[in-house]
Amino acid sequence: MSTIAPEFRLSRFIASLTDIIFWVLLIFSLVGLPIVFIVLFYIKLPVINGQLMTPYLAMTWMADPSRSIPIIKSFMHTTIFRVAVFPGFGFAALLAAATIYVERKFLAKIQLRVGPLYCGKIEGILQLMGDGFKLMSKEIIIPAKADKPIFWIGPVLFVGTAGAFVSLIPVAPGWVVANPSVGLLAVFATIGFFPIIAVLSAWSANSKWTFIGGLRALHQMIAFEIPLILSLLGIVILSGTLNLSQIVQSQEHYWWITFMPLSAVVFFITIIAELERIPFDLPEAESEIVAGWLTEFSGMMYGLIQLGTYLKLYAFAGLFTVLFLGGWQGPSIWPPFPQEIITQGITIGPVTAKFPGLPLFDQEMLNGTLWFVIKTVGVILLILLPRGVFPRVRIDMILHTGWYKLIGLAFINIFIALGLLYAGVLGPGGLLH
Amino acid sequence: MTTQLPPGISLEKVDDRIMTLNVGPQHPGSGHMRLIIKVDGDYIVSCDPDPGYVHRGEEKMAEYRNYIQNIPHLERPVIHDSSNILYPYCLAVEDLLGIEVPERAKYVRVIAAELNRCIYILYWLAIYGIFLGHSTMFMWPAGDRELFIDLLEAMSGARVTHAYLVPGGVRNDLPANFEERCLRQVNYFEKRLKEYEAIFYQNPILKARTQDTGILSKTDAIRLGTTGSVLRASGVDYDVRKKEPYDVYENLDFQTVVMKEGDSYARSYVPYLEMFESCRIIKDALRKMPKSGSVRTKLKPNPKGGNDEVYRRVESGRGALGYYIVSNNRPEPYRVKISVGSFRNLICMPYLLKGEKLGNMPAVYWSLNYWPVEADR
Repeated sequence: MSTIAPEFRLSRFIASLTDIIFWVLLIFSLVGLPIVFIVLFYIKLPVINGQLMTPYLAMTWMADPSRSIPIIKSFMHTTIFRVAVFPGFGFAALLAAATIYVERKFLAKIQLRVGPLYCGKIEGILQLMGDGFKLMSKEIIIPAKADKPIFWIGPVLFVGTAGAFVSLIPVAPGWVVANPSVGLLAVFATIGFFPIIAVLSAWSANSKWTFIGGLRALHQMIAFEIPLILSLLGIVILSGTLNLSQIVQSQEHYWWITFMPLSAVVFFITIIAELERIPFDLPEAESEIVAGWLTEFSGMMYGLIQLGTYLKLYAFAGLFTVLFLGGWQGPSIWPPFPQEIITQGITIGPVTAKFPGLPLFDQEMLNGTLWFVIKTVGVILLILLPRGVFPRVRIDMILHTGWYKLIGLAFINIFIALGLLYAGVLGPGGLLH
Repeated sequence: MTTQLPPGISLEKVDDRIMTLNVGPQHPGSGHMRLIIKVDGDYIVSCDPDPGYVHRGEEKMAEYRNYIQNIPHLERPVIHDSSNILYPYCLAVEDLLGIEVPERAKYVRVIAAELNRCIYILYWLAIYGIFLGHSTMFMWPAGDRELFIDLLEAMSGARVTHAYLVPGGVRNDLPANFEERCLRQVNYFEKRLKEYEAIFYQNPILKARTQDTGILSKTDAIRLGTTGSVLRASGVDYDVRKKEPYDVYENLDFQTVVMKEGDSYARSYVPYLEMFESCRIIKDALRKMPKSGSVRTKLKPNPKGGNDEVYRRVESGRGALGYYIVSNNRPEPYRVKISVGSFRNLICMPYLLKGEKLGNMPAVYWSLNYWPVEADR
């Protein structure tokens, strides 16, 4: 036992840390620094504004906010920032992480529990980080008879597709990773990959439970994709565009949910089914088929699937906000950036510092992001709520719901939209437009 | 029949369509047992239950210990219904040794048995909830179970394996102020039970999933020899507490819960209603109980049974539970046979699951009130 888990001593831990730090510093100063100076000796240093750009000067400039803020601001307008940080992966992952925490606490409150409590001292706020580290440190077990390349690539494809979906959601005016003119069609095309990935991973794992779960996922997603597409046709008809940013702009005066509540209900139910959440979590029904198509995934492969699922959850909630709740539209509640900082700078004692390039984000964008986040979080909470009060349905019930009831309701909604359009109430050139 | 088929065409064999699934013992929805299920698409063609993974030889162990030493290990098969599985043993040993039980002890035993029945049903209900994917229905009963566990802890000193009932009465008397505390907690629990109805039993999805699935008709229920809540859900008014009253059950005011439908919903609803009756019994017993007096008849050290045999049974959380004890003038019993309700209800699983959808498997399986550990003994 002691060989596997040796007794933990804080003093030894600190001693080992200082040991590591000592050796790193020693090797860096004896080997690294000479190499750096030898390399610098041969490099011709640039001259900027008449000053020789020595490494010391570069460090001085980096520490000076009046020089670094313009660099940060220009970086914020690059594509890589959009993909990696703000409307893209970083923002979505942050919201997804917050969602997982809120879901666990929220569900715990419904069920008269306390939820995560200890990790991170304050109400278990670091629980998710702990779970993530645990998943990373776990062994990844591949079934012996699995189709290994496809099995490996399944979770990666899943996260990739979820990320592609996230990139289509406009967060604030002009802040979207990809803004194709047929944005809604691109969304449908992206969603169409999920059943394929589920079936591929299920089949490649070569297990009966994953096979049944994969078939269930396939049936369920296909049955619900058609009402999903049909329920959004009304909005396309009335707003006259497929571009998601323009759909948001078309809701300047009225949200589409006021005219098409039926469509919103159908879309909301299909969201829950597409996300495989209770009451529609049949592909992962644990008491029937272990964990469905996720049965054989272990360690960080499972972690990737979970990450993808929550990215998907954020993206669907964002899509609901964009289509029905007016996206970033909302009254201006974000305080304007104080003008005297731009004109006069900040005075600290004898020093007056001016920061060119402020503000980093304009007020309109921050206000839009705030409204988008508020609405999206509300939708996410609504998506999470059924988990506390509903049991799981059966596969025949869910298929019946998808193929008969929801498609019928979606068609009724299309007729309502067409009626509003031809009566001249809404739509391009309508009374209320 | 040998029909000549055109070359290159072959008939599909029936076996090609059928997939065999091993549900258990490592499956999250099986418990300590295995179900060998054959499915054709989504429909179950055959089901073969395979119990025995937790066989512990309780009956054989009982032959090597004397009548008092047998108490703690005989409750192990159902630790959350420990008073009820010990009850018939105590009754049988009292018959065998000819012991008279004090009046107060009889009431205390009934209270312990009914508290334990509630604990068992709540545990069962929690698992039924999670089997149907209703996680709130897992957490609520699992939390409310603490009310009764605390009461039994105050009575016996142990939270789960109480070993409270002994031949000759109960191990120790009730603590001070137990009556008030018990009444308060039982009254609170009855309020909570009504919330279960709202969130679980009136839930439209639950009704759609469990109603008209796994229907067991009245004649089949009798023919297959089912017992307990399964039998009562099929419309047979049979409760050992009413039909063969033991201790003081004939003095107490309660009813047998019977439903006619015989489907999974009725089988899950009958235990829920029985918890109300248990609360009634507890309150009635607290009222009628003698306020003081002995609770245990002291036995001789190492008592010997005569050359005799005896059979006594009670109504446990899972149905009739009987002990058949043969003695041959020795301090140890010659043979102890435990007849449990779980094993009797297991037999209707192949009948009920045949032709059902795979998604109905947990709903039907757990509604049978089957506890694998007790069935294996």
